[in-house]
Amino acid sequence: MTSAQRPTLLRLENIRKSFSGVTVLHGINAEIEQGEVLGILGENGAGKSTLLKIVSGIYSLSDGALHIDGEPVTIGSPGDAKRLGIAMIPQEFNLIASLNVFENIFLGHELKRGSLLDKAAMRQRTHDLLQLLETELDPDSLVEDLSVAEKQMVEIAKALVHDARILIMDEPTTVLTKKEVEVLFALIAKLKAQGVTILFISHKLKEVKQLCDRLMILRDGQLVSMDEVAHLSEHDMATKMVGRELNQIFPERSQPLDEWALEVSGLSIRSQLHDISFGVRKGEVLGFAGLVGSGRTETMEALMGLRRSDSGQVKVFGKPVKIRKLRQAVELGLAYLSEDRQGAGLVMNFDLPENISLISLKRYSRGLINHQQTRKQAQDYVQRFSIKAPSLSSELQYLSGGNQQKVYLSKWMDTDPKILILDEPTRGVDVNTKKDIYHFIQSLTEQGMAVIVISSEMEELIGLAHRVMVMREGRLQGELSDEQINEQQIMLLAAGLGPQQRETA
Amino acid sequence: MSDAIKKGALATRFFSGSNAKPKFTIGNYAPLIALIILVVISALASEHFLMPRNITNVLRQVSYTGIIALGMTFVIIAGGIDLSVGSGLALVGVLVIMLLNYLGDGWLAVSVAIGAAAALGAMSGAINGALTTKGKIAPFVATLATMSIFRSLTLYISDAGEMVSQNSVYSKVGTGYFLDLPVPVWLFLGLAALGHMLLRHTAFGRHVCAVGSNPKVASYSAINVQRIIFSTFVILGVTVGLSAVMLSSRLNSVSPGDAGMFYELDAIAAVVIGGTSLNGGKGTIWGTVIGAVILGIINNMLNLMGVSPYLQGTVKGLVILIAVLMQYKRER
Ligand SMILES: Nc1ncnc2c1ncn2[C@@H]1O[C@H](COP(=O)(O)OP(=O)(O)OP(=O)(O)O)[C@@H](O)[C@H]1O
Ligand SMILES: [Mg+2]
Repeated sequence: MTSAQRPTLLRLENIRKSFSGVTVLHGINAEIEQGEVLGILGENGAGKSTLLKIVSGIYSLSDGALHIDGEPVTIGSPGDAKRLGIAMIPQEFNLIASLNVFENIFLGHELKRGSLLDKAAMRQRTHDLLQLLETELDPDSLVEDLSVAEKQMVEIAKALVHDARILIMDEPTTVLTKKEVEVLFALIAKLKAQGVTILFISHKLKEVKQLCDRLMILRDGQLVSMDEVAHLSEHDMATKMVGRELNQIFPERSQPLDEWALEVSGLSIRSQLHDISFGVRKGEVLGFAGLVGSGRTETMEALMGLRRSDSGQVKVFGKPVKIRKLRQAVELGLAYLSEDRQGAGLVMNFDLPENISLISLKRYSRGLINHQQTRKQAQDYVQRFSIKAPSLSSELQYLSGGNQQKVYLSKWMDTDPKILILDEPTRGVDVNTKKDIYHFIQSLTEQGMAVIVISSEMEELIGLAHRVMVMREGRLQGELSDEQINEQQIMLLAAGLGPQQRETA
Repeated sequence: MSDAIKKGALATRFFSGSNAKPKFTIGNYAPLIALIILVVISALASEHFLMPRNITNVLRQVSYTGIIALGMTFVIIAGGIDLSVGSGLALVGVLVIMLLNYLGDGWLAVSVAIGAAAALGAMSGAINGALTTKGKIAPFVATLATMSIFRSLTLYISDAGEMVSQNSVYSKVGTGYFLDLPVPVWLFLGLAALGHMLLRHTAFGRHVCAVGSNPKVASYSAINVQRIIFSTFVILGVTVGLSAVMLSSRLNSVSPGDAGMFYELDAIAAVVIGGTSLNGGKGTIWGTVIGAVILGIINNMLNLMGVSPYLQGTVKGLVILIAVLMQYKRER
């Protein structure tokens, strides 16, 4: 379908937004058509989430107007948005940990029979939605027990429950693996066929290319372009987004040393992990692939002393060690960036220096904390990772998602690690910064650091890793190295169909 | 309430409305501004208010619960609460006077007794801390239980009779002056300065805030969450012990039935009026000091203006409500 055939559904007229005097959206004008999938691209902090939060009533606009079906509308609250048929899957989860899945999905608009809750109906409806999403999630599981990917699925289901006309998705795929993404895309195609308009924010250019009809590109709070996706290559997208040519996203791989940095053997947790053995050399990048729930995060958490393991030996630089607490792991030079930056990574009401120095605080204090030194260090990271923040003393909750991720990375880098474990390191990070992070990882390996990367982004593993371990259902399904590392091999192993199934040593 | 808001945003957000602003706003200084306004009004309303004797008196009144409020600030920031402080004070007070009477006369006995009071207070705090961390009992419930237990033990040990100190110098501690200020006031201000340093400028204080803000993030940052929570209760216990010394030496006695009655309310109120969120995560010591002084001035003014003492509780309650409402507004 070309744009000429579709009527305009939502018109943004000169949308401006400032936060305490700092303008983050400088007058955005755009027409969004009924039944299109509109991709929204832009660097971290470009204003994508802010714009869509205005449309969904979370923020109020400072100036400008919104029109739906040609009529001006005021969207002052999420309730208004709901009445107008607008639903949003937020970038940061909005779930209540102590409630279960179906209670979260129906929060605020519970189904009732008479004056009593109709739990059976809510459970059934949730079950149907989850089935539509092809996840095996139980409607009765507690949200606090879910993995990040599962929480993401709950958020998606929650948005689907109101048959919305406009469905906003703010980076819904950052934590999902290929399989879940395919299911989601199939669903989006179905919704689109029913005439639902979808606004889709992502930093994964390939996805955008595959999924979207048109593309809105923002840079520094300004609209750069609205184009048919067909007219843009991924390279064009990146160039428009960043404002200059981007090349060589992945750096040359460096040569690993022979010395083992970390050796793990026979790591097991009853009914979760079975006999996991692997090692990583100095200067090497070891990738971990697998579907959601394959046990990659559990493995690393067990290794770091964040989870109890039932058996297993660990050697760090050849020396057998017992790690029972995270503190011990940190002292041995291990660092673990969790996939859950919001739930396990950052203190949202701490500012940048407070977050970055939280683990390494000892280094800055002789009795009393040297605040000046923590600020200076934070400033260094702000420069190194081009972190965009209103100021050094802004609380983390006011940073855009990608910029939070960069602060999180800084926090672990500040512990001076020798073995770096990164669980979804570029979650929500824009292409330009991704490139910076990849080159940064490369420079670390050059200096002999051992790096483990868990990623649901296949290209990331293919582009960075010397070897890739593929996990499935709590077991190591296989190991790929050098030329063997490609999408097909990884997918086969992850699905349990690997040609080189092997018993782990 | 969302995950994100519950974990992070609730602690301190100083602006109302949906657009939260990361800026220093009036809200940051609300307690201080309230105090200044209160002082001005009081000075206009009563010529006695600004007289040095009256001011000293107010500060002395404030210091007993104020000292406890300092410790309470740590507990509340770490996400807890302690209802047992009033009973704890009575228990420590009775035990200290018993010890003092056993040790005999003189300054040495007094010094030992003060040390013992701090240690006993720390122990009562450790009990509360262990119940909440090891026993995994919600602090509200655990300290509700110890509140009852401490009071009942106090009455049992003292046979419900007033305990009078026979030590001839003990009362000099609580009634003494140094540079025109009563000793308890010095202790209050000294501990406040110490508490401020601890909270703002040490790793421990930073960890307390992190634990209160998001315990999971704290544990994923290699912080021993349980130990931090436990420590905050012990700190509070020490302040309770020291407050017990100040109060019992001022009166040279302890009446087990009503010593420390409702101190938990005043202490918690001071913390809340001082801008510390009951949800934990962030707060200041200087806010608590101001909160305690505000409560003291209100009491004093009602006295000076001859308002029935029976109505003072109503006024105090209203002030607490206003403070909490203002906090909710800022947090949204
Ligand atoms: N509540 C807020 N208060 C102050 N500044 C804010 C607030 N929300 C966002 N900002 C600022 O507005 C800018 C745009 O943020 P926004 O979240 O819209 O970025 P984004 O394009 O979604 O980025 P990302 O790709 O990292 O998610 C950022 O610089 C951010 O710091
Ligand atoms: Mg965003």
